[in-house]
Amino acid sequence: MTGVLDLTAAEAAARIRSGELDREALWSAYHERALSDRLHALSWVSDELNAPPVEDEAPLAGVPVAVKDLFCTNGIPSQAGSKILEGYKPPYTATVVERLISAGAPLLAKTHQDEFAMGSSTENCAFGPTLNPWDTGRVPGGSSGGSAAAVAAGLAPWAIGTDTGGSIRQPAALCGIVGLKPTYGAVSRYGMIAFASSLDQAGPFTRDVTDSALLLSAMVGKDPCDSTSLGLPEPVLLPSAADLRGIRLGVPEELTGEGIEPGVLKAFEATLALAEELGASVKRTRLPHAPHALAAYYLIAPAEASSNLARYDGVRYGLREPAENLTELYTRTRSAGFGAEVKRRVMLGTYALSSGYYDAYYGRAQKVRTKIAEDFDRAWGEFDFIVSPTSPGVAFELGAKTDDPWAMYLNDYCTVPVSLAGLPAISIPNGLSDGLPTGFQMAGPAFSENRILDAAHALEGAIGFDGSKARQ
Amino acid sequence: MSKTTEYEAVIGLEIHVQLATKTKMFCSCANVFGEEPNTLTCPVCLGLPGALPVVNARAIEYGLMMGMALECELAEHSIFHRKNYFYPDSPKAYQISQYDMPLCSGGRLGDVRLHRIHLEEDAAKLVHVGASGRIHGSDSSVVDFNRCGTPLAEIVTEPDLHSAEQARDWLTLLRVTLRQIGVSDVNMEEGSLRCDANVSVRPKGSSKLGTKTELKNMNSFRFLMQGINAEVARQTELKLAGKRVSQETLHFDPATGSLSPLRSKEEAHDYRYFPEPDLVAVAPTEGMLAAARAGLPELPAARSERYERDWSLPLDTARLFAFRPELGDYFEQAATAATEADPRVVANWLKDDLAARLGADADPAASNVTPQALAKLAGLVQARAVSSSAARQVLDRLVEAGGDPEAIIEGEGLGAMGDGDELAAVVARVIESHTAIAEQIRSGNDKAVGALIGPVMRETKGRADGGEVRKLILAQLGQA
Repeated sequence: MTGVLDLTAAEAAARIRSGELDREALWSAYHERALSDRLHALSWVSDELNAPPVEDEAPLAGVPVAVKDLFCTNGIPSQAGSKILEGYKPPYTATVVERLISAGAPLLAKTHQDEFAMGSSTENCAFGPTLNPWDTGRVPGGSSGGSAAAVAAGLAPWAIGTDTGGSIRQPAALCGIVGLKPTYGAVSRYGMIAFASSLDQAGPFTRDVTDSALLLSAMVGKDPCDSTSLGLPEPVLLPSAADLRGIRLGVPEELTGEGIEPGVLKAFEATLALAEELGASVKRTRLPHAPHALAAYYLIAPAEASSNLARYDGVRYGLREPAENLTELYTRTRSAGFGAEVKRRVMLGTYALSSGYYDAYYGRAQKVRTKIAEDFDRAWGEFDFIVSPTSPGVAFELGAKTDDPWAMYLNDYCTVPVSLAGLPAISIPNGLSDGLPTGFQMAGPAFSENRILDAAHALEGAIGFDGSKARQ
Repeated sequence: MSKTTEYEAVIGLEIHVQLATKTKMFCSCANVFGEEPNTLTCPVCLGLPGALPVVNARAIEYGLMMGMALECELAEHSIFHRKNYFYPDSPKAYQISQYDMPLCSGGRLGDVRLHRIHLEEDAAKLVHVGASGRIHGSDSSVVDFNRCGTPLAEIVTEPDLHSAEQARDWLTLLRVTLRQIGVSDVNMEEGSLRCDANVSVRPKGSSKLGTKTELKNMNSFRFLMQGINAEVARQTELKLAGKRVSQETLHFDPATGSLSPLRSKEEAHDYRYFPEPDLVAVAPTEGMLAAARAGLPELPAARSERYERDWSLPLDTARLFAFRPELGDYFEQAATAATEADPRVVANWLKDDLAARLGADADPAASNVTPQALAKLAGLVQARAVSSSAARQVLDRLVEAGGDPEAIIEGEGLGAMGDGDELAAVVARVIESHTAIAEQIRSGNDKAVGALIGPVMRETKGRADGGEVRKLILAQLGQA
């Protein structure tokens, strides 16, 4: 059976299509695997013993998918990692999940996450932390840690997650797989339980870049139910590039200096050297406002979250604590239902939006956001991609940062500027540091997904990362 | 200087109008009143996790139509904000509304300037179970989400009104205007028109505004007047006693006609407004503006003015025809067809005779009487070819079975008798048979003439002209 599990999703799809592989065999191999999840990556596993039906010409050919807990799935628990939504079964399915299912990727499992996608380790999950398959004493990153761990460990051929400030790219890096955050608006947010609406974006977790393109191709597209969604100007294509001739890489000083672990930096420099060998030009550059990105992000995202999470009040669904009156119902339900990090951000965001403070905090943060986007706009005049390490460090030990929110927030140092600018970026595994995976981030202009995937494909071939250890 | 100061009221209105779109503001649920509770809901209007709003394009069009009708400045770029507050009638715990970039700014209707018009969504309906149906003393509350997400336009006036009557009249004009552009049912009882009032008083002649209070829950025109009158009286009394008016929101109790301070969500003052990140800006295109313009009928104020100007109608008649466009349309057809009659005569025949015969709110166009027939009849009366009373008989026939007034007059011998010998002979006969009355008239009692006109009219079947008959009676009795 290990043979089936070693196939990438695209390979499995091709074999199903050619008749070499039985769809049922693929489903049951993964189903069995998912049921024996020892990483606590999965929050729900399908009880279908037989592969759900798939249309003959479906592009994803029946290769099953795992989705993050926060995607609404009709009749299936969708809890966003929170006690306040424990056991909540929505009456509808998120657009992106529906698209995947109708493209031929049946729902195999749902994955654990930091509560409401707030966190970088999946330790903020109300249902227990997910473990990193490379070292079960360590975190898988977050917030989409369950999806990353599941794909890395071969519990699912591929998965989707969401990225608000780095929640796809960072766990992908820490688990040694490929994670892509598309351009804001490329994938519908309808049915994604919101954290920060102006930043949240769904994207694929895959073993390689080809799988990433294949899964993304089934996710994207304008959705009449999401006004902020946009059609991509061209369909997502499978990558084919084998070199980087003519590609100009910009390396921002701000994201490659202080604060990056030496092992991560070493892997990064090695990848830059490979890129040059493949024909790319590499040049140092500046993103002068990037150092302010985290501060701006930790005002904008909590502000939106404070409003998005206000609906969890115990009145209509989810947790409801007994109370004598309305105010008590709100207070008790929310006190019992939200974890510490969620409460911290709700308070922060409420404060930032308060009258008298709005201009100084939320208003100022939006101006910084504009400046950061302008930094990138300038960079595209000179570069095709901006590259950096995905995460400043490798997977850390469970509990190492739970008492220090700022240390936890620094995990997103390299990913947050890209998020604030709404740009697409990929993280590909580019080596090991002390036996733990490191990630290489490539960000491009809006809607440059195809070019990013092509370049990442060429680089991936040269790097030759072996992730099979995590699947053992 | 006199110690007794006279105070004047300064009133501004905030009107919420439910838009009569087919679907709700941000989802595709049906927007209808009076269905079984919680049957018109979906993930979006229930505020379920993950659901997203999408702006109803028709609501924007209606907003633009209102803005055009009320002479507002239409925003090139308008956005929605979130107004955050916790309350069970708000399933998202925020209302999507417009804040500092509304769809329409400024404007005017009649004598009253508008401040702005913005779009938002209605809240769910809370039903308090037990006790009086009010929140205090009720056992529990249940929520009906059918209303939740209904498109609302909030129209805010400048403080240009100075009495309850003026407020009522202006609100009536607004209501008729909105009904005619077809954007709302504007029904106060069903809640599709809701009016709050900001009231303050100031010494007459002063241009400074006093401290205002906000009056809520006046859900009929009568309650609006009651509420304003009560509040103006209360504030005036306070001022006369040298006390201050404190800024507060007052709830009108229709049962007692009294106002009491409101204790509810309104207490929460910091709504933490911020731009709604789930929506994109509304930037009306030329196409949207053209569609809105094309949807606009002529408005009552303009129509009334036109009737006064072009047809020389008195103000009351002009307003009646403007407020009841079915009468106005009929009048215009009849007046245009009336080559022989003064439009004012046609107007009188329409409003005093035809409309009265058809009953309140009836559309004359649906009757047997064509505008051409009414015009012809009015022309015949004016030319004295038929007396007024005979013409009313003709109108009865027309209402019954339609037809041509001239043919009816001919067929029934209702033509005027003019001042010829025929009428003089009838008058002489009537005088002869009413000697006592004739004697009274001879001795100078003109009032008694009426007692002879009746019999003459009966004898002539109404064909004679009343004035002419009177003249003849007086002449024959030597009183002319």
